[in-house]
Amino acid sequence: MSVKERDPLTGHQTTGHEWNGITELNTRVPRAIWWFIGITHLWALVMWILLPTWPLVTSYTKGILGLDQRELVAGEIEAGERYREHWVVRFEGESLDGIRQDETLMEVVSGAAPAIWGDNCAVCHGVSGAGGPGFPNLVDDAWLWGGSDEAVLESIRVGINSAHPETQFSQMLAFGETDILTREQIRTVVAYVQSLSGLADPPPQMREEGAMLFADNCASCHGEDATGVNDLGAPNLTDDAWIYGGDTETLFVTIHDGRMGWMPGWEGRLTQAERKMLAVYLLDVLPEEGG
Amino acid sequence: MIGALTVGQRQAGLVILILGAVVGLAMAAAGAGEAFGAHGLIILAFCAALSFAVLARLDDPEPPAERRRAYYDDPIKVGIVLSMIWAVIGMFFGLWVAYLLAWPDLTLDAPWASFGRLRPAHTTAVIFGFGGSALIATSFHVMQRTSRARLAGEFSPWFVLIGYQLFVILAVTGYLMGINQSKEYAEAEWYADLWLVVVWVTYFVLYMRTLARRNEPHIYVANWYYMAFILIVAVLHIFNNIAVPVSFGGSQSYILWSGVQDAMMQWWYGHNAVAFFLTAGFLGMLYYYLPKRAERPIYSYRLSILSFWGIVFFYVWAGSHHLHYTALPHWVQTLGMTFSVMLLVPSWATAANALLTLNGAWHKVRDDATLRFMMVAAIFYGLTTFEGSFLAIRGVNALSHYTDWTVAHVHAGALGWNAILIFGAVYAAVPVIWRRERMWSNRLVEWHFWLAVMGTVIYVFAMWNSGILQGLMWRTYTDAGTLQYSFIDSVSAMIPYYVARAVGGTAFLIGTGIGVFNIWMTIRQAPEAHLALDRPTSPAGEADDRSVPAE
Repeated sequence: MSVKERDPLTGHQTTGHEWNGITELNTRVPRAIWWFIGITHLWALVMWILLPTWPLVTSYTKGILGLDQRELVAGEIEAGERYREHWVVRFEGESLDGIRQDETLMEVVSGAAPAIWGDNCAVCHGVSGAGGPGFPNLVDDAWLWGGSDEAVLESIRVGINSAHPETQFSQMLAFGETDILTREQIRTVVAYVQSLSGLADPPPQMREEGAMLFADNCASCHGEDATGVNDLGAPNLTDDAWIYGGDTETLFVTIHDGRMGWMPGWEGRLTQAERKMLAVYLLDVLPEEGG
Repeated sequence: MIGALTVGQRQAGLVILILGAVVGLAMAAAGAGEAFGAHGLIILAFCAALSFAVLARLDDPEPPAERRRAYYDDPIKVGIVLSMIWAVIGMFFGLWVAYLLAWPDLTLDAPWASFGRLRPAHTTAVIFGFGGSALIATSFHVMQRTSRARLAGEFSPWFVLIGYQLFVILAVTGYLMGINQSKEYAEAEWYADLWLVVVWVTYFVLYMRTLARRNEPHIYVANWYYMAFILIVAVLHIFNNIAVPVSFGGSQSYILWSGVQDAMMQWWYGHNAVAFFLTAGFLGMLYYYLPKRAERPIYSYRLSILSFWGIVFFYVWAGSHHLHYTALPHWVQTLGMTFSVMLLVPSWATAANALLTLNGAWHKVRDDATLRFMMVAAIFYGLTTFEGSFLAIRGVNALSHYTDWTVAHVHAGALGWNAILIFGAVYAAVPVIWRRERMWSNRLVEWHFWLAVMGTVIYVFAMWNSGILQGLMWRTYTDAGTLQYSFIDSVSAMIPYYVARAVGGTAFLIGTGIGVFNIWMTIRQAPEAHLALDRPTSPAGEADDRSVPAE
């Protein structure tokens, strides 16, 4: 059945077909649509002429602007480097103290370092630098590998137990796993170590036994007085700073299973200027912000 | 419903179900103790449950031959119900993910409840469970009515609908267990993919056979779109999933494509899943239910032709705009960008055709929330396609890509266009299919409408804000030429928007719950109607033998 009817509302004819009560008008395509087609296709044509677009057999049309995304990126990176060059050079030439005394360089630090810290360090050490279980607090006075300018810079550069060839290496033995100490002995050492920072008050006999075990097994790294040895990355056990925790259970696990923390070396990823910026930020700016 | 099948069809069904159960058992044995084995058990349980249902009815009497003079609506009923069930499941997962992003502890410290697993469960349950079931159900409805022909076959519609459910169940449960081939919107592993090919080819054949028997000289526009949807989705699915399993006793497989070719194949698929699953199929829905409900002729047949061919031609070029500024060669990016912009014209022409069809029926839009659902869907379609073309421009993409702006864009489409259109179509179809005078409560349809629109608007505005803010924070430099913000700064800045998004999603899901309740009550309690002519007849309106398939 093909009866063309006229729609009283629009005055247009139907196509004469009907599907389950649905009809269609034969309205012509609005002029605006043709304009719209013209404009978008013209724009596309211009883009095709200007930019690399159409594949050929072994190559593609390059476009008269001769743009290539890889070259563009390389150019922008270079331009960024040129833009930063004036202060990068000064950071490279200055010691941390020199940077501290230079107001304009310190302005760069306070502008740039928080984002570098946030993208590279905060994921482990926290935005405030206060660390968390397994990740040292960097805004207190306790340092594993030393808190001097040189020591901090070196830790950032080569990391700890990292893939860097000059990395700082440190490992706490698994005294229980390797049967060096019995579980009973570990408990004794735990009590002794806790007593050093006032966390526990074991009976004299246990303290004495613990001190002996400590002298035989722990003192070689942590020192006779248990205040730690920065050259070995062995922490001070007499203060109240703990990486993994100072409670009995955690200390038992630490001594029984051993520990071997890991920090990447940043030499390949961050420039020298950025590493210096981070060191100043860590040593001077973060602690002032309340840590 | 099983009783409406012939005894032979019931027996055939039983054979297939038992075969499926055997395959499930074999998978369970081969993958015992692994997720693959759990999938075997799921297949086994799925087939066993259905087998028992068929067995219980196996000896029922043969259905009357007279049924062949009516449309075959049973699979449509089941399809609509399944679609609504998936809507609730999928949106619940979505809501969970939304709250999880605002309150990260909601991950429950359980692997299955981590963002990486919940998120594909959400997208798959809503797109393929909710959207796909609705597409299958409405396509069965639309093709019968606009062809004046009963579905070609009584068994294959069930095979398609139920088989498709198995695919979605395997996909969603797989993601929660950690089975995922890491292709967005195509995360299901090889065995689920192979199964979907079987189902989908059956769907296509069923569709073509029904069309071939139509009692109309011309094929209605809605059927062009449904046909494009079924055909192209088959092609996309197959090419994006050509993978070699590591073993037939495990879920792991490796895709044939590698490197940037794999990325290109994935986004050719990904973008055209949007184009043909979420656009072409849904345009088929729009082209039937909107004019039907408005009782107005389609504004322009010529515009329909222009936009149909525009959409199917331009969309397939546009996928590479998902890979701007990547290892994909520059020239492919330019192609994707320019075709995406040219695509805007047929998209808008379609939206305009739908909205202009409402001329003369705006009073109905005002009074009838069902029609208003469809009108709003057409508007969101127009907005989203404009946004899509805009975001495909490289310079704009540099700001928007990898930000929540993409999430805003997707949900303007998925909520505003797809879900809202489904609700309109379902509210229009349910009374017809179940032979009811109307929906149980029109007030609840109104409530659902406003909750859905409000939820969508809150969601989309929240994500626009957060996306643009992210994009700007990531590219803000200090005077010294270094980045102003760290990534974690931009994460912290998102919190208010993530809370707002969760609120919008909550409103949307509450609306869906109201809709499900209303549909349920309509089926149970709404007054019955007798639609005398809602059966295959010749164009003259008389019963015609041509519409009655031969035995």
